[in-house]
Amino acid sequence: MTIAAPTSRTIPVIADDMAESRYPRLRKALIFCRRQPLGTFGMAIVVIMALAGICADWIAPYSPTANDFAAMTEPPSWAHLLGTDQFGRDQLSRIIFGARTALIVGFSCAIVASVAGMVLGVGSAYFGGRLDLYLQAVLDVVMAFPLIIMALAVVAIFGTGIHNVIVAITIPLIPRCARVLRSSALSIREVPYIDAARACGFGHSRIILRHMVPNVMAPYLILLTAFVGQAILAEASLSYLGLGVQEPVPAWGLMLQGGAEEYASTAPWIAVFPGLAIALTVFGFSLFGDSLRDALDPKLRDR
Amino acid sequence: MYRYIIKRVLLVIPTLVGAAALVFLLMRLIPGDICVVRLGSGGGTFDERAVTACHAQLGLDRPVFLQFIDFVWGFFRGDFGISMWSGKPVLYEIAARFPISLEIAIMAVVIANVIAIPLGTISALKQNSPIDLVIRVISIAGLATPSFWLGILFILAILDISQAAFGSPWMPPIDYVPIWKDPLRNLSMVIFPALTVGYRTSAVTMRMTRSAMLEVLREDYIRTARAKGLIERIIINRHALKNALLPVVTLIGIEAAFLIGGLVVTEQVFNLNGIGRLFVQSVQNQDYTMTQALVMLVVAAFVVTNTVVDLLYAWLDPRIRYS
Repeated sequence: MTIAAPTSRTIPVIADDMAESRYPRLRKALIFCRRQPLGTFGMAIVVIMALAGICADWIAPYSPTANDFAAMTEPPSWAHLLGTDQFGRDQLSRIIFGARTALIVGFSCAIVASVAGMVLGVGSAYFGGRLDLYLQAVLDVVMAFPLIIMALAVVAIFGTGIHNVIVAITIPLIPRCARVLRSSALSIREVPYIDAARACGFGHSRIILRHMVPNVMAPYLILLTAFVGQAILAEASLSYLGLGVQEPVPAWGLMLQGGAEEYASTAPWIAVFPGLAIALTVFGFSLFGDSLRDALDPKLRDR
Repeated sequence: MYRYIIKRVLLVIPTLVGAAALVFLLMRLIPGDICVVRLGSGGGTFDERAVTACHAQLGLDRPVFLQFIDFVWGFFRGDFGISMWSGKPVLYEIAARFPISLEIAIMAVVIANVIAIPLGTISALKQNSPIDLVIRVISIAGLATPSFWLGILFILAILDISQAAFGSPWMPPIDYVPIWKDPLRNLSMVIFPALTVGYRTSAVTMRMTRSAMLEVLREDYIRTARAKGLIERIIINRHALKNALLPVVTLIGIEAAFLIGGLVVTEQVFNLNGIGRLFVQSVQNQDYTMTQALVMLVVAAFVVTNTVVDLLYAWLDPRIRYS
């Protein structure tokens, strides 16, 4: 018989030890780490990548665009820890700077899309009626486009480059967020305190911002982390296809585009490391997002 | 049931018309004049007459509303216009590349389910054990690994292994032969892209199978089955798995999206001349007629798949119809 066993016996002890703590947030974070070892691992990867991206100028051993024609397709060595590519550029430096590109694209897409999705989703649920009906119809149509297809169509129109890529990935993410937040917001709208707030004569904006938005923060945060990973992956795919970020900007997908297959047998490090960086980062975001969902959504906890 | 079917099928029409309107609008958002962009992209000079002729050919000299009607009517008749790049009918170009993409897609779905359903079930049965942890990591890794990188790794592995085994590197063939003509050659070409796409797709199904299974295992009827002394194998196969796989059916729609995304990138990696590659090329070549036809076809396929999945689900689980 499978009756849900308590996930970890150490939790109550931790909680009691820290009960007197003057740092409730730190305490919550520690409990999260204890309960979600995988999520903590994911968070660690994300933090490392973020630090690499932010401090790229100081920690990268070479410039990401500097060519050293004396050292082309060199295998990993002490001078070039991850080897060099076919133009003699240091792979490690390009991966470190690539983290910056990936995170800029990932976070801008995720933040813009989730904020727009929140406005549309919560607004649609709160006002209901015709607005809700029409908005849902439009969002359904946009949802009919698979993410990469929509992104490619947008790139076909506006062209390549980092800004257009951000637009191209943000658009298909918006309805996905709006739909989830709408259904959360719909159930909140029925709760008596919303009626109470209305009876007190509060305006729409106050009810939405003070009473509804805080209550959809849990699904919002879960979506946000999931979107960052998805956006990084989509950007890498577009760049790999030659339709995303363009040279000489260092981007992981782009690093795999040029020489990776051509040099597959002679210089496998060109193909392996940038892909590893993408996979690890997205993996980190997925692990973190999953654990966040488990921690924030008690209904899903034991699944 | 019939009312539900009719309602659900009728719902497809506004979605498709909306999608057509969106594609139509998007293609008119292209900054500047398509014809000027196209004619000028070679760097050569061109005169007014060429632009006018190009407008007439694309029907851009007519009112926007009529253009839209033409666009939709063309789709109904299966006439997607002429490719702006190759000059051949769009339908001809697509038909030539369809079989290979379809074959990879079907194989990928089979591979995905063969991996996902047993692993997802084991993962649920051994919840929170080391095996569960490993399987969950495998499935999250599947979602995190870009399919083009997985493809490149496959190629690397094929090269290295064939080098070690035969002394000379071997690569899968890239020109398509139908499976009934030369099954070995066909399979050696299709299997690696199918594995690449299939593994990624399996990640979603694995997670769904696991959570559905966990839910079902806590149901009363499973306890009853255990109480009356049934063997564990029968409980799992007859009672639990059958019910757990029901929600997994709904995933076919999501899988379709994964497949399409996977194909677009994977065909590029393996140099296969399929629909995905055609799509990427048409975007690169600014072949707008081809791009809009392909987007529309993919969306139509996607919408139809989702409708069929909904109907299938309603048929399998009568509760859905009445809610």
